Amino acid sequence: MSIIEVKKLTKNFKDFRAVKGITFSVEEGEIFGFLGPNGAGKSTTINILSTLITASGGSAKINGFDVAMETDEVRKSIGLVFQDPSLDDRLTAWENLIFHARLYGLSKKEYLPRVKAVLELVDLTAKKDSLVKSFSGGMKRRLEIARGLTHYPRVLFLDEPTLGLDPQTRFNIWNYILKLRQENKMTIFMTTHYMQEAEYCDRIAIIDKGKIIVIDSPANLKKQFGKETIEDVFLKLTGRKIREEEASTKEQFRNQLMAHRRR
Amino acid sequence: MQFIRAIVTIWEREVIRYGRDRARLISTFFQPIMFLVIFGSGLRNPLSAGGLGVDYLKFMYPGIIAMNVMGIAFFSSISTVWDREFGFLKEILVAPVPRSTIVIGKALGATTIASVQALVLLILAPFIKVSIDPLTVFHLFLFMLLLSFAISAMSLVIASIMKTMESFGVLMQLFIFPMFFLSGAFFPLNTAPHWMQLISRINPLTYGVDSMRQILLARQTDPAALAEITLQPIYLNVFSLAIFATIMIFISILAFRKKD
Ligand SMILES: Nc1ncnc2c1ncn2[C@@H]1O[C@H](COP(=O)(O)OP(=O)(O)OP(=O)(O)O)[C@@H](O)[C@H]1O
Ligand SMILES: [Mg+2]
Repeated sequence: MSIIEVKKLTKNFKDFRAVKGITFSVEEGEIFGFLGPNGAGKSTTINILSTLITASGGSAKINGFDVAMETDEVRKSIGLVFQDPSLDDRLTAWENLIFHARLYGLSKKEYLPRVKAVLELVDLTAKKDSLVKSFSGGMKRRLEIARGLTHYPRVLFLDEPTLGLDPQTRFNIWNYILKLRQENKMTIFMTTHYMQEAEYCDRIAIIDKGKIIVIDSPANLKKQFGKETIEDVFLKLTGRKIREEEASTKEQFRNQLMAHRRR
Repeated sequence: MQFIRAIVTIWEREVIRYGRDRARLISTFFQPIMFLVIFGSGLRNPLSAGGLGVDYLKFMYPGIIAMNVMGIAFFSSISTVWDREFGFLKEILVAPVPRSTIVIGKALGATTIASVQALVLLILAPFIKVSIDPLTVFHLFLFMLLLSFAISAMSLVIASIMKTMESFGVLMQLFIFPMFFLSGAFFPLNTAPHWMQLISRINPLTYGVDSMRQILLARQTDPAALAEITLQPIYLNVFSLAIFATIMIFISILAFRKKD
């Protein structure tokens, strides 16, 4: 049994179809890369798999549990780092982690060592009592990753975990990710726009306009399409045109406004 | 057990955040005091000739406390919309906890904040020549808990409909201010026009104002005069508010369960 099984998954927003019947599976312990241009439907897929929104069609199972029916079991099985920030910046790093641990049903005896360990992992121990408000973008990102790990999920979803980070921090975060896979057999499902990072993945899926174009290991893809890098494969498969978002312009405007206000 | 723990966790976050927000701590005192000073001093003399039966400041004081409870409870729960805008709501929504714990935890957080903060307004009592004793304070506090829980539950319903804070101003103008002014805090509803009485009956704040007035003024007002300005016995107010709160909690749990 695969740890993630997705069958003919679709998602409509009103009359716009963001995900158009995708099928794939991810094996336990894999690092699975989900690559695609802006608006391809990556975050939408993650939102369905993490029970935040419901699919319009098809089915998905995580750790053997149906994402639409067995939401509680699915939620216990997964950890998430969202594309957009989701920390409480009026709380300290420590408080953010404790809040998380308690909601996931960990007892104090269980969570104290774990919270300390994940803080250590992302090098934030010295900052644990500072308000998140005072953190840099990279520190926030690292804290979000630490939080997603606190309850030892079977599957960790990382939606552009390295977005806007400097090369040093990106390198570090990749170190954590590789360590996690090695030590805990954790499955990692991630999206990224940095094509060099795709090389770390065991397999990648390239998705465009809501459809999966190919799924294979980076080496096989390069061989199959006769390219030197994943970036070249990506551009060959998805073209060089900037995506004209098919969603209504009003929706786009609203999203921009929200993103702007968040800053 | 995990049910209770999830509620406590969500409750605690609300309380911690409130404690850190100095500006909000101070500004929530400003409005009630302003109302008391401006309306109280302005209307006291003109109204003393009318048949109110009690001093206008004394009449208004319990209503102002109830309004304060409502204002803080409302504002604290509506912060759920900020949670949504700043992304933190997602963190709560993907957690393996029943949606009811989220709603109850948030409502209890706002209830705690509003009730404790409104208690501070009691230090004004001597200036208004209302004498209070511990038992009165205790009764008031119990009632503040009920009122703020009902209002918090209502605001959670609003927060689940309202996707962004943009409409907050409109909400205040069209919803919250009318609730303030049609609650009987500023004038007795018994003598108000019929239509106004009808509207005030669906306003939960009305029941809050009416009870707080009875609790605070019972021992220092002529019973006949007090009866003139009260609507119904306290137990009926408790009953009405409890029903209102239950319905609102139920609706917000349903709203939190709904996904796009
Ligand atoms: N709530 C929504 N309502 C309407 N349309 C939406 C909504 N969420 C996403 N969309 C649309 O669905 C499409 C896919 O969006 P999604 O966020 O999944 O893209 P993505 O692959 O994550 O892109 P990016 O790389 O930019 O993060 C986009 O066209 C987007 O505008
Ligand atoms: Mg995305």
